[in-house]
Amino acid sequence: MAEVGFQNVTKIFGKVAAVDDVTLDVRDGEFVVLLGPSGCGKTTLLRCLAGLERVDAGRIEIGGRDATDLPPRKRRIAMVFQSYAVFPHMRVYDNVAFGLKMQKESKATIEERVGSAASLLHIEDFLDRYPAQLSGGQRQRVAVARAIATRADVLLMDEPLSNLDALLRMEMRAELKSLLQKLEATTIYVTHDQVEALSMGDRIAVMNAGRIVQVDTPLAVYDRPLDTFVGGFIGTPPMNFVHATVALDDGRPVARLGGGTVPLREDARAHVGREVVLGIRAESIEVETQPADGAVAATVVVVEPLGSHNLLTVRAGDNLVKVSVRPDLFPAPESELWLRIAPDRIRWMDSDGGGALGEEAEDLARSREATLALAQDASTALS
Amino acid sequence: MTARAVLPRVGLHLAAIVLALWVLVPIYFITLSAFSTQESVYQYPKQLLPRDLSTETMRFFLDSEGIVPSLQRSVIVAGLTLLIALGLGAPTGYALARFAFRGADSFRLAIVSTRAFPIVILSIPLAVTFLRWGIDDSVYGVAFAHAALALPFAVLVTSSVFSGISVELEEAAMTLGCSRASAVARVVMPLALPGLAAAAIFVFIISWNEVFAASILTLRNRTLPAQVLAVLNASPLPFRFAGGFFLLAPSLLVIFVIRKYLFNMWGRVVK
Repeated sequence: MAEVGFQNVTKIFGKVAAVDDVTLDVRDGEFVVLLGPSGCGKTTLLRCLAGLERVDAGRIEIGGRDATDLPPRKRRIAMVFQSYAVFPHMRVYDNVAFGLKMQKESKATIEERVGSAASLLHIEDFLDRYPAQLSGGQRQRVAVARAIATRADVLLMDEPLSNLDALLRMEMRAELKSLLQKLEATTIYVTHDQVEALSMGDRIAVMNAGRIVQVDTPLAVYDRPLDTFVGGFIGTPPMNFVHATVALDDGRPVARLGGGTVPLREDARAHVGREVVLGIRAESIEVETQPADGAVAATVVVVEPLGSHNLLTVRAGDNLVKVSVRPDLFPAPESELWLRIAPDRIRWMDSDGGGALGEEAEDLARSREATLALAQDASTALS
Repeated sequence: MTARAVLPRVGLHLAAIVLALWVLVPIYFITLSAFSTQESVYQYPKQLLPRDLSTETMRFFLDSEGIVPSLQRSVIVAGLTLLIALGLGAPTGYALARFAFRGADSFRLAIVSTRAFPIVILSIPLAVTFLRWGIDDSVYGVAFAHAALALPFAVLVTSSVFSGISVELEEAAMTLGCSRASAVARVVMPLALPGLAAAAIFVFIISWNEVFAASILTLRNRTLPAQVLAVLNASPLPFRFAGGFFLLAPSLLVIFVIRKYLFNMWGRVVK
């Protein structure tokens, strides 16, 4: 087991920086998810850690050692590939034993480790088969067993579930999570699926255009996104972004938007007169069927029943807003509703969509400081 | 099934049968004549069934002067050609398949363009050069010429074989403790074997059947096709049939032996 550190890592393909000055520290035994849209550099960052790509600048540490220039085989890592990359010409047993054989373990050790990896992944019955005789889900299990059998310090996973069908993916997600908890292995997990990220990770590093935008616990990333990108990428439906102006109403700070005013927290007073973007989660909005004080009038556009809840699309002024309501509420399209939003459930940001304001800005500073502090810890520990 | 569905199938099968006969009938007659008595070779009309089987014609052919040594030379030349063409071609093919290096495309084109020079034009300067190097009229000279003919083919085929093997398999091996070389040896080569075998067959046959360069570059130490060609006009009919069979047989044999590697390995079709 080991901690992992990226320090100002940059990887350039042609003229594009696929990974752009990334600094990230992963604690021993931690499960960190690299999350982002396709092409954001998350897989490239993982491949840099694996040693399959050479970094153009920066430094990579694994277990306190400088691993920047080490070949993959000397990094004490194991990787699960998106395509599984199970060797088709070897039986399942030899696939799982491959890494151990390369480490020149004794025959008894190999048998014992393959046996325990196989039983953890429930593939004991397939050990004599060739991969071509297995289903996609079974091949995926073989790939994971092969990776954990070597007992590497760091486990790397590149979208391991993305080739499975939806039902199997959900099953494997839970199974993989409990397995990794049991192993207590440091794990870096790449995915573009925000549900996987939220449900599995200890921390999520959200990436966009080669940079890490926010690193925090799943709940914090969900509730307090640092900018509109993170808020818009995480959550189904994504966070609502509503343009508004901060004003004073009876001496209390409010946000004016088409259809009414929404009360804001006291500290919004500092931004009176300013154009802002309010970030509001669909489930943070309460719906009233009668006009009420401090509630914004809205017109229903679409009602989508989803079983556990109904998803409304409503129009408040110029803004289309998604609202999650209880499943027995079926307002007719074009009918009037009133939206009430608790002030502490509103995230406010710069109107250009950039950084968070107020308490949010402090979050940003906190997150940056934490990263810096970790990086400094790591470098003092080394020197 | 309706007539509409049956007709195209019948047509397809008929076409396949005609094509197969087109290839098989001459092979059959050559083989038949090669294993008949000398008299029956001259008989008209031809017998369709093997009536008087005999090794007389073959013995006559093999006993003819220069045939057995030229046969040995042909095997040596084809073997050397195989070694040189695949020994150089497979690593080149691997490099083309795996690495994006400057000028890779032009290199690929240059390889193909070497086939644009007919062997007729290449043979004379080659003969002169080989005379200077002292490898004229030897198996090495012919093997070098054949390797030059076969190399572009070997590079392109092995390159497509290696491109067909997922890079991730190699990378997986590298994360599991292999260097690039051992990843190639343990993972890529076993998977590439069927494709490499196919390339080997074609290289072998290119050399085995090549007659022009072999005729120009050798005088006394001829390969089998060159030898047969040289004495063809002066030989009786049984000699020609036996010679034809001898040129044909190894190609067929090699194809049948390696065929299973081509289609089926580890219970699946290897792309």
